[in-house]
Amino acid sequence: MSGRVTKVSGPLVVAEGLADANVSDVVRVGSQHLIGEILNMTGDSASIQVYEETSGLGPGAAVVTTGMPLSVELGPGMLDNIYDGIQRPLPEMRALTGDCITRGTDVPALNREKKWDFVPVAKPGDKVIAGDVLGTVQETSAILHKIMVPRGVSGEVVSVDSGEHVVTDVIAVVRDEKGKEHELTMMQRWPVRVARPYVRKYVPARPMNSGQRIIDTMFPIAKGQHQLAKWSDVDIVIYIGCGERGNEMTDVLMEFPELKDPRNGEPLMKRTVLIANTSDMPVAAREASIYTGITIAEYFRDMGYDVAVLADSTSRWAEALREMSGRLEEMPGEEGYPAYLASRLAQFYERAGVVECLGSDERRGSVTAIGAVSPPGGDISEPVSQATMRIVKVFWALDSSLAYARHFPAINWLTSYSLYLDTLAPWYTEQFGEAYMQNRTKAMHILQEESELQEIVRLVGQDALSPADRLTMETAKSIREDFLQQNAFVDEDAYSSYAKQFALMDLVLRYDTLCRDALAKGADMNALFAIDSRERLGRAKMADAASFKADYDAIAAQMKKEIEEVIAGGEDE
Amino acid sequence: MIKEYKTIREIASPLMIVEHVEGVTYDELGEIELPNGDTRRCKVLEVEGDRAVVQLFESAQGINLAESKVRFLGHPQQLAVSEDMLGRVFNGMGQPIDGGPAILADAHNDINGLPMNPAARAYPAEFIQTGVSTIDGLNTLVRGQKLPIFSGSGLPHAALAAQIARQARVLGDNETFAVVFAAIGITFEESEYFINDFRRTGAIDRTVVFSNLANDPAVERIATPRVALTAAEYLAFEKDMQVLVILTDITNYAEALREVSAAKKEVPGRRGYPGYLYTDLATLYERAGRRQGKKGSITMIPILTMPEDDKTHPIPDLTGYITEGQIILSRDLHRKGIVPPVDVLPSLSRLKDKGIGVGKTREDHAGTMNQLFAAYSRGKDAKELMTILGEAALSEDDKLFAKFAEEFEKVYVSQGNNTNRSIEETLDIGWELLSILPRRELKRIKPEFIEKYLPKN
Repeated sequence: MSGRVTKVSGPLVVAEGLADANVSDVVRVGSQHLIGEILNMTGDSASIQVYEETSGLGPGAAVVTTGMPLSVELGPGMLDNIYDGIQRPLPEMRALTGDCITRGTDVPALNREKKWDFVPVAKPGDKVIAGDVLGTVQETSAILHKIMVPRGVSGEVVSVDSGEHVVTDVIAVVRDEKGKEHELTMMQRWPVRVARPYVRKYVPARPMNSGQRIIDTMFPIAKGQHQLAKWSDVDIVIYIGCGERGNEMTDVLMEFPELKDPRNGEPLMKRTVLIANTSDMPVAAREASIYTGITIAEYFRDMGYDVAVLADSTSRWAEALREMSGRLEEMPGEEGYPAYLASRLAQFYERAGVVECLGSDERRGSVTAIGAVSPPGGDISEPVSQATMRIVKVFWALDSSLAYARHFPAINWLTSYSLYLDTLAPWYTEQFGEAYMQNRTKAMHILQEESELQEIVRLVGQDALSPADRLTMETAKSIREDFLQQNAFVDEDAYSSYAKQFALMDLVLRYDTLCRDALAKGADMNALFAIDSRERLGRAKMADAASFKADYDAIAAQMKKEIEEVIAGGEDE
Repeated sequence: MIKEYKTIREIASPLMIVEHVEGVTYDELGEIELPNGDTRRCKVLEVEGDRAVVQLFESAQGINLAESKVRFLGHPQQLAVSEDMLGRVFNGMGQPIDGGPAILADAHNDINGLPMNPAARAYPAEFIQTGVSTIDGLNTLVRGQKLPIFSGSGLPHAALAAQIARQARVLGDNETFAVVFAAIGITFEESEYFINDFRRTGAIDRTVVFSNLANDPAVERIATPRVALTAAEYLAFEKDMQVLVILTDITNYAEALREVSAAKKEVPGRRGYPGYLYTDLATLYERAGRRQGKKGSITMIPILTMPEDDKTHPIPDLTGYITEGQIILSRDLHRKGIVPPVDVLPSLSRLKDKGIGVGKTREDHAGTMNQLFAAYSRGKDAKELMTILGEAALSEDDKLFAKFAEEFEKVYVSQGNNTNRSIEETLDIGWELLSILPRRELKRIKPEFIEKYLPKN
């Protein structure tokens, strides 16, 4: 079935003679076989968004439908790879076409020549249903890739074929109830705009460990939820550079292979899939990139893995949506974004979650979706931020004034929130006792009080404050500088275990408790603020994982001694 | 064979509709021949059936519906590139206007370029010493970066850009440099300021100038930065040169884009700019960078004047999302006589961390940089408090921070446009200033560096 182009306007192409094509079919346009997708149909004419530059395309050019919606190839070979927004492997494209991306390049997402050692799990005679594991492939040193029975297939295994295979080889044959034999390969296809099925969804109960103190302790994120790749304790990381800067993408490309997995010392790339659609690459592919990413994530989730999807940034994705909507001459909604912006965002985030996977072994997997939103001028009243906040349960507000003051991570402690504190509190209590959450509450309280006191200081100066209030300000400063601030470029500080976070917070709050006690006994406030161990507390976060316990005990002991001396000194006078 | 059409149906500058065309393609370049023999250029924005909407690069004056002829050239706009471009002056479309001969083309390159494969990029990590402390010390520029200057009307961004172009060098290197300068809708005087500066320092022989001045056709500005970047790509990636591209002023470019979009009656986005402004700007800015296995590089300094000094205006806002940071000029500092008036706190270089430290600048760079930022931020807060409550309301520490902020602006920031400071000088001045503060406040610097570098007095 072939049609003809009648109109070209940037990435939007209209073609006629496509009565047999379906909405959302992938089409090939013109002599260069540019990749496009059908958005709308009127009679036999179709509006097509083309994923590549349309310069040089004109009326009369042939349009051929593939009869399939935009799909990804799922199977061994995705990890340690980097794709563009429509799953074309960028390193292979470079080998083929040089430093720049030329048009109409057609490279399969999964390498067709690479052989994988398939180790069967299922045996002939086994009864299998969709989602059951047929066998495994050691895809990278870190990840065992499970080859699953695709959806729509169930029955009895007739044969399995172990050994070296390419992804398109038949590795198993399954006979269904009607006696039809299905030849299965290691590769499946899945349409990106359709969520992959699962048995049921669960409410998340465990936090995701990021190693960042402000996140883990103050605003935790639950595994399998919406809302930091390096240190996350997930099995697979899918990073979607959606409209990212080219150089930043290169940074990720260079950094990930060097980053060691904190769990096994392997390069992080061995369990990562990168999707890079930089801002100068075609806009339509940017729109598709987050669906490509989350579909791949769901596929790994279906194997029973915990997967994190980082979409950086959904604002750029929304811009792509707006741009395409404008070209389609749709009636604009708020700030020119299409009226369906909020529902599309919700659909994306809702694909995250903890689920029981298809298959008879009741395994669980999760997808945690973390989206970066970059509101223009930092104003979160704009539609993308607002639509996102309505859906997500955790929100980290990055604050430019913190960044100016070089407070990193620049997450504002007053405007951020996590609605998971209640559901996750039992986990923290079970691991570290009740004190963890109590400390967290106390710290938040002190920070909140500080912001109120600051108002007063701004009006009447800090001399007007009582010694107790001055202490609150001093402790708040310590929480901010000695606990919340974390330097990603210092090895000892870049990652904090829960135990270290707990101990450090405890140390900071102990200073507060001891001083408050001392003030009640009439100790001199300025002397309390100037004790030597205060400076040691300031450097306490730099203690390494092995020695922090001993170190903190020493600081606590010194602190106690010095504060007692201050109290005694006061009595002497 | 190229067909000629005499079927111009409608002209509504800068758009023109040509009917009964055959085989015309999107983005194709066209020529219009006027009855008096003049030719004008245009490009195809949209084709629907046998009807083409084209955009005129020059004025529509004198085009006659009945008599004018249109030819479509079968390719997008191209630039004839060669090493001979160095030292020459071209108009905004890439035609020589310095009276010299036409360029003997080594190649004809499509001015739109192609997106660089992220897998082929090399990460910018080589420190460029600009000799400006606020940039070298705090917002370090690296080779292959795009770092815009956000300015306002009446602020001396030209002086800073010229200073960078004059002083920029990579430490310990002997490579060929080139400057590509694109004047986009700026005044003759501003353009002359740059060209005279290049001439004065002898840099003109290694400079390619593309000049679209304020009185040149506005729509031609859409092509000017693309033409300039096509020249830069050729010099950097074919001829192994280290190219510094200065684009001034991006605001004029965006306005030209808006003009065409409005004429096409497109659905306007923020402030009437087209919805694709972000993607469009990205196709310019992202042409900066380095490529694996290539010696050359493109470092880009776009200049834009923020309407009403408003950072959230779509042009600076969208630019900030694509470029790797920004240098912001401050009207307050300018009034105070600080030269260059770089507003340090909101300025940022996102790539600085890979370009500084041992082997690049000095071991103490990262720590002192963070400390200077934090101290200046606190000092500015203290000064603000002082204006409301008087000096007596400040704690002893805050008084020192206020003094630090004062000195920092006077000594560190205000170096003038003719002082070229080495990175060591910049770092040492930083230490000198930090010695104003109590030592226990220097939490962001490793103790051994404080021991080694803090002046003892």
